[in-house]
Amino acid sequence: MQLGFLVDLHLCMGCKGCEIACKVENEVPLSTWRLRVKYVDVGTFPETKRTFTPLRCNHCANAPCERICPVSALHYIENGIVNIDKERCIGCAGCVMACPYGAIYIDPQTQTADKCTYCAHRIASAMMPSCVVACPVEANIFGDLDDPTSNISKYIQQHEGNVQVRKPEKGTDPHHFYVGGGNVTLNPLASVREEGHQLFNKLTHLPVGGHH
Amino acid sequence: MVHETLAATHAVVTLDVALPGIVWGWIITMNMWAKSVGTGIIFLAFFLLKKYPEQTGFIRFPVVVVSIVFIHIFLFFTVIDLHQMFRFWHIFAHPHLTSAITIGAWMATGFVGLLFAMAYAIYLKKDEAMYDKFLGWAVVLGIPVTLYTAGLMAEATARELWQMPTESAQMMLAAFLAGSATMILLGGNKFSDAIKKDLAIILGLSAFAAFILYMSEYIFGAMKAEEVAATLAFVKGGEYTAMFWIGQVMAFLVPMALVCLSLKNKSYYLLKIAAVSALVGLWVSKHVWLVIPQLLNMS
Repeated sequence: MQLGFLVDLHLCMGCKGCEIACKVENEVPLSTWRLRVKYVDVGTFPETKRTFTPLRCNHCANAPCERICPVSALHYIENGIVNIDKERCIGCAGCVMACPYGAIYIDPQTQTADKCTYCAHRIASAMMPSCVVACPVEANIFGDLDDPTSNISKYIQQHEGNVQVRKPEKGTDPHHFYVGGGNVTLNPLASVREEGHQLFNKLTHLPVGGHH
Repeated sequence: MVHETLAATHAVVTLDVALPGIVWGWIITMNMWAKSVGTGIIFLAFFLLKKYPEQTGFIRFPVVVVSIVFIHIFLFFTVIDLHQMFRFWHIFAHPHLTSAITIGAWMATGFVGLLFAMAYAIYLKKDEAMYDKFLGWAVVLGIPVTLYTAGLMAEATARELWQMPTESAQMMLAAFLAGSATMILLGGNKFSDAIKKDLAIILGLSAFAAFILYMSEYIFGAMKAEEVAATLAFVKGGEYTAMFWIGQVMAFLVPMALVCLSLKNKSYYLLKIAAVSALVGLWVSKHVWLVIPQLLNMS
């Protein structure tokens, strides 16, 4: 079994329901996130549009975080999920450095690394990840990539040629796919991020987490 | 994290956004800097004791003391940087051997053991032959201890500025730079002119080679990868430009110039200034190189 995720960006409307569901399910502290819906504004007025991209751990087959972890706190479980043992983690932040997707953070409450686990605890009880359940438009598709009859496998087959992963050049072999993605949505360097100029919000830095 | 204060109610609205921040900061810089001194002085001691055995016997004890002190500074900062520092023993109980951190921790432990064996040999046993035997092994272990941080940086996928083998070369050069500078300060005027000249040449050439590597990455790195170009923008007019150049000048350019002048004028005083400048500048250079890839947006 190899569990994987696919997000159809054509369907995602940026409601952030998945983000909230994840926060509630996993008690993710403020200033950190396991799942974040990034939005990027494209174009010049009046020809503008807003794109939404849910971002979470890619559960790579060749995971840099698993490789760099000195104590195997980050480890594979039999269904392909890259899980984390927070009791074993020493908080060296090597995984935070190693993840090319910025998907790992130091939990300010436990002082250990944390990230999306595809809700491994729910899957163990035969439930879907909370973000999948919360999505009102079924943009999040989750299932077994090894099973050709699973929804995710069928979706990938149906959208052949329009399925992307983030940063394929890093050789991490992600198990998280996007349909309808592009440079703007999947490449963080393709858009300017001007702090303090997000819609409705004045941005300020708070500690990343931990004691730094 | 977002804060917006409404003037009427003074209410604080809090939302989440992902902003890049520094996770490995000055504590890790201290780690790398102290390690360069701690291993570098062992490399230099090995060289001097082989080349000038009659004149440099007195360095055995101070060298091992300096190395023990700086390696423990390195270990101290390594441990306090851990968010769960009291779980440090997990590295030994649950080692994961694909991690450069694990390899570094094991090698550093062996290195510290050898340093204490050297201290025992020279201070309690007064046995120089035993000391020299341990010193040889300390040099062997000192190489991976010096290099493991480069391995760690190389394992940081998408922080493309940190590349192997460049980082390995930089770490070794930093050790030679810091080791020769510390030896110059440690030896005082007890060294002969020939030894001073050797130390000056090692300091000058290490600075020259390190500077060439930094400049090569500075000029050509941006042509290789989008991430490198975005990272280097922080030292090309960005917020770390001044700090970057202060580091380059103090760590490499000033020592190179002062080494040349000291060799020409046979001035040990200038050499000492070069040594201090190199040690201070090395900290600054390493700090900038450590921090700027972390400012890059990963998502």
